Amino acid sequence: MNGRKWKGTALFLAIFIVLGATFGLRLYSAQEHSALASSLPTATAKPTTAGGAAPGTSTQSAAPSGPRAAGSGTGPSVRTITGDPESTPYGNVQVAVSFAGRKITGVNVLQVPDAGNYDQQVAQVVPPTLLQEVLTSQSAKVDTVSGGTYTSTGYLQSVQSAIDKLP
Amino acid sequence: MRFLDTVMGIPMSLDIRDAGDHHAAAKEAFALLHEADAIFSPYLPGSQLSRLNRGELTLETTGPAFLEVHELAARFAAVSGGVFSLQAAPGRWDLNGIVKGWATQRAAQRLRVLGVANFVLNAGGDVVAAGGSGPGTAWNVGIRSPESPQRMMAVLALRDMAVATSATYERGLHIVDGRTGRPARAFASVSVVAADLTVADVLATTVFAMGPDGPRWAAERYDCSVLAQLADGTVTDAGELRRWLAPAPR
Repeated sequence: MNGRKWKGTALFLAIFIVLGATFGLRLYSAQEHSALASSLPTATAKPTTAGGAAPGTSTQSAAPSGPRAAGSGTGPSVRTITGDPESTPYGNVQVAVSFAGRKITGVNVLQVPDAGNYDQQVAQVVPPTLLQEVLTSQSAKVDTVSGGTYTSTGYLQSVQSAIDKLP
Repeated sequence: MRFLDTVMGIPMSLDIRDAGDHHAAAKEAFALLHEADAIFSPYLPGSQLSRLNRGELTLETTGPAFLEVHELAARFAAVSGGVFSLQAAPGRWDLNGIVKGWATQRAAQRLRVLGVANFVLNAGGDVVAAGGSGPGTAWNVGIRSPESPQRMMAVLALRDMAVATSATYERGLHIVDGRTGRPARAFASVSVVAADLTVADVLATTVFAMGPDGPRWAAERYDCSVLAQLADGTVTDAGELRRWLAPAPR
């Protein structure tokens, strides 16, 4: 009688430990991603670039030129995975993420919007004499862009896609 | 040399054109931005701003940085007749209209102190353009068109100047007229050029909140220029905008 009771307890304990270990490990590996994942605002819908003409159509060619892993090579097997290019209002963003195991050790930015020449029009300017100068200025090459505060969704999506490619 | 970091949920980029390795300087500049986020973020429960709003701190017990920004903001609130507001709702502090500009200006000053002379620091659309992009060339800063992110309303050629833009196209009607507490709707986009990004940022917010009288109001009181587009598509300016427009490429 006593033996059977003991076996039942042991079985219960064994199941408990296996379940605990399974969920514990899952939680642990999920945590490593959560810092990024939680800051991704519903990353399912990719932002489409209005007006087409996204710079860099052959973005797949932007593979990392050699293993420029940012992280120090201390951990076991450092791998660098290239994320998908994500379109943002200013052009494509693409990153390569270095992993030691499943831990992110570095993020290399491969592509950021590189503004080129723009040729546009302004609806109307007051006074009209300024209009021509404003229009003329539009043809100048752009180094950077001032605009309403944009978010880092594109950047994070590229990081996320690199994480997703982890085997 | 380009650097990119995410601060306050916003991508911030730094493009340094001086020769040499500037990783250390860039790191310090970004550290200052993160520090400002830790103090002023309304989303971090441990920030001084959050603690002030919960009554755990008083203005006097916040810290020197908080007091400095608060004093600056209070001055702009007074000068604008309450259009620029320090409170999102009665009793709830909100310094978002000034913190990004102030923190970015501070980071830019640190870079200069560290000997970096030619760089552009872009904090999610608010830009400090220091020195030039190359020998004898100014930084060309595009002002995004409200209609399309691919288009520029104008391109400004800036040397040791700053430009900030307030607009609805990325974050919706988020700028409130402090006098009425209602979202401002007159403009689609307001850009302000000034020597200091703190001033440019606050003025962009204030002009946006003030409405059609805003551009002239700002240019009369501050050393600044304004390029704005009204909600109906009309483009307007104030100050010496012409001085900053980039010449056509040769």
